Amino acid sequence: MLFYVVRRVLATIPVMGIVALTVFSLLYLAPGDPAAIIAGDQATTEQIAKIRASLGLDQPYLVRFGHWLWQVVHGNLGTSVFTGQPVRQMIAQHFAPTFALMILTMLIAIAVAVPLGVIAAWKQGRWIDRAIMVFAVLGFSVPVFVIAYLLAYVFGLRLQLLPVQGYAPLSEGFWPFLRCLILPSLALGAIYVALLARITRAAMLEVLAQDYVRTARAKGVGQGGVLFVHALKNAANPVVTVVGLGVALLIGGTVVTETVFAIPGLGTLTVNAILERDYPVIQGVVLLFSFAYVLVNLIVDLLYSVFDPRIRL
Amino acid sequence: MSEITLPEEAEALPEILPAPASHGRIVGLALRHPGIAIGGALIAVMTFLAIAAPWLGTVDPEALDPANMLIGPSAGHWFGTDMLGRDIYSRVLYGARVSLVVGFAVAALSSVGGMAIGLVSGFIRPLDPVLMRIMDGVMAIPAILLAIALMALTQGSVGNVIIAITVSQIPQVARLVRGMVLGLREQPFVEAAIAAGTRTPRLIWRHIVPNTLAPVIVQATYVCASAMIIEAILDFIGAGTPPVVPSWGNIMAEGRALWQVKPFIVFIPAIFLSVTVLAVNLLGDGMRDALDPRQGGRRA
Repeated sequence: MLFYVVRRVLATIPVMGIVALTVFSLLYLAPGDPAAIIAGDQATTEQIAKIRASLGLDQPYLVRFGHWLWQVVHGNLGTSVFTGQPVRQMIAQHFAPTFALMILTMLIAIAVAVPLGVIAAWKQGRWIDRAIMVFAVLGFSVPVFVIAYLLAYVFGLRLQLLPVQGYAPLSEGFWPFLRCLILPSLALGAIYVALLARITRAAMLEVLAQDYVRTARAKGVGQGGVLFVHALKNAANPVVTVVGLGVALLIGGTVVTETVFAIPGLGTLTVNAILERDYPVIQGVVLLFSFAYVLVNLIVDLLYSVFDPRIRL
Repeated sequence: MSEITLPEEAEALPEILPAPASHGRIVGLALRHPGIAIGGALIAVMTFLAIAAPWLGTVDPEALDPANMLIGPSAGHWFGTDMLGRDIYSRVLYGARVSLVVGFAVAALSSVGGMAIGLVSGFIRPLDPVLMRIMDGVMAIPAILLAIALMALTQGSVGNVIIAITVSQIPQVARLVRGMVLGLREQPFVEAAIAAGTRTPRLIWRHIVPNTLAPVIVQATYVCASAMIIEAILDFIGAGTPPVVPSWGNIMAEGRALWQVKPFIVFIPAIFLSVTVLAVNLLGDGMRDALDPRQGGRRA
């Protein structure tokens, strides 16, 4: 077990290395000379060269990557070109809304998608299975911002049940906080629900054809017991994998969802940074999201061994 | 001249053999997998609208008309006008060009690129761990973020959007192809070809590539669908093509500020985008079922 954990943790190191190298290269390749910007319009070539040397910008690519990585490992992500604030501080300020949005989306999506997938597999070929699969294809096809506007239009503007946009921090109370996040979570979760329902159905169909399911039925286990105890537990691995992989969709979608619903999170930070060409901020956000994504999938891999003890061997 | 009886023999054949008409087979395929028929038809309609846009009653999609700003859908402007008085019907029709070109180009380029990397990885074993770690690293950056980051480095243009999205999509195809190549190399017919002295380039071209094509084409449809969505998202958040370009994402971006009062500016391109992506996904699902008899038979 310990060996498995150690091996999995070590396997993420090269991946993170490539991610770091890619993200660093973005800043390296970014147009504009930071030294010239810092020096200002009046600076002479010598002054710019001096600043460049003091910043280490005259060093070779790999040396600069090493310096940069050292800083990142110590939590220093540089400063925003636009506001002059440390990137780490800006990320910290925008972190909570995005984190809350993602957690709520995942909870809602899993709670909706897994039962849908189980029902679809159970009633395979019937109208309810077809309806769920049609819904899944729609979830894949209708882009997140379209669903977002649709929900905001129907439930916000027309029915006036929920806020059209905006965000309330948890400190203003749980209900205002939750109210603002319901529509964004539903919009962001649609594609995730589609993905999970589909994979749950496929995994369940596979398991339901196994001999031990027939044995369970033969010894008189009820329908619910067969589906949720015998089958779902054995179908869990592919589902959990996709829960992890789908986080990439959530991360991409959150950028758009926050824009539509005016949520002051990391997505909004990213969009503003793009408009201002604030490369250190873009770099910091991409690095953070990618790291989170790798971490989630590492946790998923480790969860495998909980669902399937054979993997520990 | 001497074999004048041949036509009579040929006529007798269809009674013994099943009709080889490929025409009938395509119709049958479409009937058994309605996704292919519906998706294909919708894509054909969108492609027609995109190509024929100049002759379908459109005006210059970039022409400003400040006297006619924010008109709702009406006889003069079927889909209304935007904040700058541009005709949305014209912009939506021309927008189909951007979406389709980006979708198809990214699908084609990622398939070719992914295929090349997958084949190299599957055949030049020392390179495999290096290439696959790079693919893992690229895949660890969520596709939209990678595309955003790449677009931040260059000017917004359709070509750059295509490149940025392609980079984010190649690893999936490469992994798929590599997996298939490793499986195929163990197959008896490949071993037989190697034993018969087939050289590697010919082996790849004649025996490996044809056997990877079907799954790669299915994957390409999904890449095409993702590419269209990512392109629209890039435009929508201002990281894609310049706002003047008539694309569905740009039209929605313009409608963003006023969407509560003029929702049609956002919703009309949204419908077109959703229908097009749905069509591509239906086509992909239909082809996957058709090519995978194991699953196709069971799926109703």
